[in-house]
Formats: sequence, C-alpha cells, structure tokens
Amino acid sequence: MSATTDSAVRTRPGGGGGARTFLRVKRPGRLLAEAAALLIAVAVAFPLYWMVLSAFKPAGEIQSTEARPWTLAPSLDSFRRVFEQQDFGRYFLNSLLVAGTVVVLSALIAFLAATAVTRFRFKFRTTLLIMFLVAQMVPVEALTIPLFFLMRDFGQLNTLGSLILPHLAFSLPFAIWMLRGFVKAVPEALEEAAYIDGASRTRFLWQILFPLVFPGLVATSVFSFITTWNDFLFAKSFIISDTSQSTLPMALLVFFKPDENDWGGIMAASTVMTIPVLVFFVLVQRRLVSGLGGAVKD
Amino acid sequence: MTTHTSPLKAPPAGGAGAGGATPAARPPRRPRSVSPANRSGWTPWLYLLPALVLLAGLLVYPIYQLGLISFLEYTQAQVSGGEPTTFQGFGNYATLFNDSQFWQVLLATVLFAAACVVSTLAVGCALAVLLTRIRALPRLALMMAALGAWATPAITGSTVWVFLFDPDFGPVNKVLGLGDFSWTYGRYSAFALVLLEVLWCSFPFVMVTVYAGIRAIPTEVLEAASLDGASQWRIWRTIMAPMLKPILIVVTIQSIIWDFKVFTQIYVMTNGGGIAGQNLVLNVYAYQKAFASSQYSLGSAIGVVMLVILLAVTLVYLRLVRRQGEEL
Repeated sequence: MSATTDSAVRTRPGGGGGARTFLRVKRPGRLLAEAAALLIAVAVAFPLYWMVLSAFKPAGEIQSTEARPWTLAPSLDSFRRVFEQQDFGRYFLNSLLVAGTVVVLSALIAFLAATAVTRFRFKFRTTLLIMFLVAQMVPVEALTIPLFFLMRDFGQLNTLGSLILPHLAFSLPFAIWMLRGFVKAVPEALEEAAYIDGASRTRFLWQILFPLVFPGLVATSVFSFITTWNDFLFAKSFIISDTSQSTLPMALLVFFKPDENDWGGIMAASTVMTIPVLVFFVLVQRRLVSGLGGAVKD
Repeated sequence: MTTHTSPLKAPPAGGAGAGGATPAARPPRRPRSVSPANRSGWTPWLYLLPALVLLAGLLVYPIYQLGLISFLEYTQAQVSGGEPTTFQGFGNYATLFNDSQFWQVLLATVLFAAACVVSTLAVGCALAVLLTRIRALPRLALMMAALGAWATPAITGSTVWVFLFDPDFGPVNKVLGLGDFSWTYGRYSAFALVLLEVLWCSFPFVMVTVYAGIRAIPTEVLEAASLDGASQWRIWRTIMAPMLKPILIVVTIQSIIWDFKVFTQIYVMTNGGGIAGQNLVLNVYAYQKAFASSQYSLGSAIGVVMLVILLAVTLVYLRLVRRQGEEL
C-alpha cells in the first residue's frame, strides 16, 4: 500500500508535499508500533509459556519460592501424575468424543438451517432469525437447573449424551447466524445455473453449496468445538456419579486440594487440555479470520 | 421436490439452458423472479427441522421449565418426591428481592461486566489498529499470541492465572515485589484478577474481528484521504469509525453478553464465589443456590432475572441493527 502511495506522490510534483511528510513521519512510528506489538505478544503469550514451563518443572522448582522463568532440569513427573490418574485416557477420549460429535452435527444442522433462512423467502423467516439471535443471549448456565431435571427424567444423567445434546442445541443459534453470511455470498446465479443443468435441489445443496460454504463451516466449528471442549459446568452437574463418563475438566480439578494445590499436576493437566484446542485453532486460523470478516460484513 | 423443479424443465427444452443461465433466451413472460431460490413450499421447513427440534427441546422447553420452577417451591424434598410441589406465586422473587445479598451480587455483576466490556473493547480496538500499522512478521507474532489466548479453555486459563498470581509460587508477586500478598483474599483484588483473565481471553475476538473489518475497507478510500492530507485521527474518526460501526455494534453486544455470563473464571479463580461469597456474580450465585444449597426455585428465579436483563440488551441491539437499515 505504501509503495503505491509513494509513487502516486512522486508523479505529482509539488502538490504532494503534505502527504509525503505524512508518510515519512510514519517510518519511526512504525518501528515503535512494531516494538510495542512484539512486547504485547510476549505478554499475551506469557501465561501459556508459564503453564507449559511449570508442567515440565521438577517438583522442587515449582514449590520453590524463587520463580525462575526457565528450568534446567525438565521432568515429566507432572505429566506422569496426570496420565497415571485413574481413567485419564478415558476422560480425554470422552472429551474428544463429545466435542467431535457436537462439531460435526452442529455444522451439518446449522448448514441446513442457514440455507433455509438465506436461500428461501417464507413466512416467519424474519421472526425465526430474531429468535436465533435472541437464543444466543440466553444464559446457558441458568438453564442448568431445568436441564438437570430434563436429563434425569430421560435417564441421561451420567451419560455423554447429557453433554452432547445441550451443547449441540446451544451451539446452533450462533452457528446459523454466522453461516448466514457464507451462504449468502454464494451467487444465486450459480444456483439457477445448477438447476438449469438439471441438478436436483439435494444435489445442489450437498455437491455445490456445501463445498463452497465449507470454509465458513470450519470457522463456525471453532466456536462449537471450544465451547464444548471447555465445558465445565455441565460436566460437573450432569456427570455426578459415574466417573467413567467424566470429561477432562474433572481430571484437572482432582489436583485442587483444600490444603495444598498440586500446581505441577494442575499445569500439566491444563497443558494437555489446551493443546488440542491450540492445534485446532492454528489449523483453521486463516479461515477463522476471513470467516469472521464474512460474518460481520454481510 | 419434483413439484419445485418442474417449472424449470421448460427452459432447457428451448435449447439455451445447457450453455448457462442466459436470461435473454427465456420466454419474456417469465421474468427473473422465477429463480427456484424464491420458491419456498415446505423445503425450508424441512431444512430447519433438525435445528428447530433441538432448540425446542433443549432451549425453549428448559426456559419454560426455568420459569415454572421459579414460581414453585422446589427444594431437595420435592426433587426426591418426598413432598408435593406447591405453587408459590411470586414468593421466591419476593424472598430474592428482600435479600440484600441479591442486590449486592446484581450490582457486582453489572459493574464487573461493564469493566470487562470497556477494557476488552478498548484493548481489542487499539490492538486492531496497531495490527494495521505494522509489517507482516510482528503482526503474525501478535496474532498468534492472541489466538493462543483465545483458544485457551476458560478453565485452564483460570488455573494458570491463579498460579501466576499465587502468593507463594507465582512470578507476578516476585516481579512486583508484593511479597505474599494474596490476590484472592480481598474483594476488589480478586475481581481485578478475574478481570485480567477475562480480558486476556476475550480481547482476541474483538481484535481479530475489528482487524478483519478494517482490512475490508477499500484502501483507495484511505489513500485518497491521506493524499488529501487528512490526519490519522481524522481518518479514523470520519472514515473508519462510521464504516466499522456495524462491526463495533456486533462486538460490543457479544462482549456484553459473554461478560455478563462469566461463570467458569469466577467459579475456579475465587473458588466458587470468593470468601463469604464476596466475588459472586449472578450466574455463580444461581448455581450455588440451586446445586450447593438445593434451593432450586431461588436459583431459577435468579436465572429468570438474568434472562430478562439479557433480553433487554438484545432488544437494544435489534433496534440498533434495524436503525442501520440492515436487512435480516
């Protein structure tokens, strides 16, 4: 951008003096801005660094009152404590299973719904859209009480279903709202052309529209994945007695002890819990940024 | 399905259909509006069915139940079936509104959410502008750090921040020379600590969204303005801010909703609401009432209060969107 502005200024002798000084002043300003950005990046990343570092620190160093930002004797003791905990692998798989199911189902269901509200004109369409918006505002935590009784009545307490179903439902309104922009961006002429070429409505939906909207689905799935993976309240409230159905947050809370917290264990468990989300995030990072742009621009 | 596609079977017979949609080749009495997208019938409802069933069963019905329970007497005795449920009318609400702790918690919730929203928006917007001023490499560094904070689960973020500020083993007190000052002991310092964590994990959403919005502004507009000698502040105020207004509304409302509902951070960092409940916010308060002291009806009444407040925020949002003339 600055290159084109520069040349534009040069082709206008005399007239561009103001803009020229404006650009020249910008240079040292930019270095300062970059230094600030790097400093902030370090500060923002520091908690994560500290988490991983503490997970690798030997017990003696964690409990030492001298908090050093490095370790010379990394150890896997904390991780061992986490993994040797009863059923830890099971918790991890449960978490993956719940989050994975929610992501896939929510993406498919939201895709269909978003197509309905953007590609069709029908009665109550606007009302529905407003309802989807309002549904996002509902404090999910407050619904824990009725949901608890609902799950109890359906015999779903202590099952993974009691985590999957509510998360699926609560992820839908935002997913539909966000996907709207992506579905809208696919030109209607494409749809007409497909029908003229003899494609059925189903075929257009899954073979043309779905691949085109896929980046948007990925961006949306980040949100459903994170809220489900991070869930702590439902896991705590609905899985009350059968620990074989517990998810990761419960494995983390084991290390909180009334007298003395096992910080090494907490940090190691936190690291294990954070890494899948980080990987997921890094993978979809680009699509996420463009996805958000698309969602708010429409 | 065949009934929807049948009107389209006519144009291909004309021969021009295979070559792509050429409106000119169509019979004149059939204008553009014949597009199958605009024909509805039952198809949209079919597409909406799974979503609507799930939302009806797991959102609408629980909301109804929440309202219902808030009017009943519902404690452990009723849950186990030992005693019949009795209708209380507004009795639970009367109990709640006469409880000074409720008002204290409500005030704390509103002030805490306001502080979170203001700081998140200020930091997020400032960093978004900063991102547009720097070269690719530092931008990537900041973006990655922010995405990392964003991706961190609320529960692990909370544990890490508590550890960072731990009076015995945390690095923050060492660096600041605070000795064994306990952040979670005092009411305001505990809220400040939670605020920092919430800010840390929620500014990235604002930053990334606003940054994407700024990038969407055509560069020619900005170039023209700077060529005309407009100052940076003036460019921001008269070009970028108005163009970003829809995005700013979205992030503000989302932040209000998220920060008003903060649960995990308070629950984990202040150990369930702080010493003697000094750090309770409505969400945690409702949960404690219901699940810790088995007063399900009082918990539900608190939930209804939250619902009403958030509904009011939503209505304001809808008005703002409508005033912009945006089509839903």
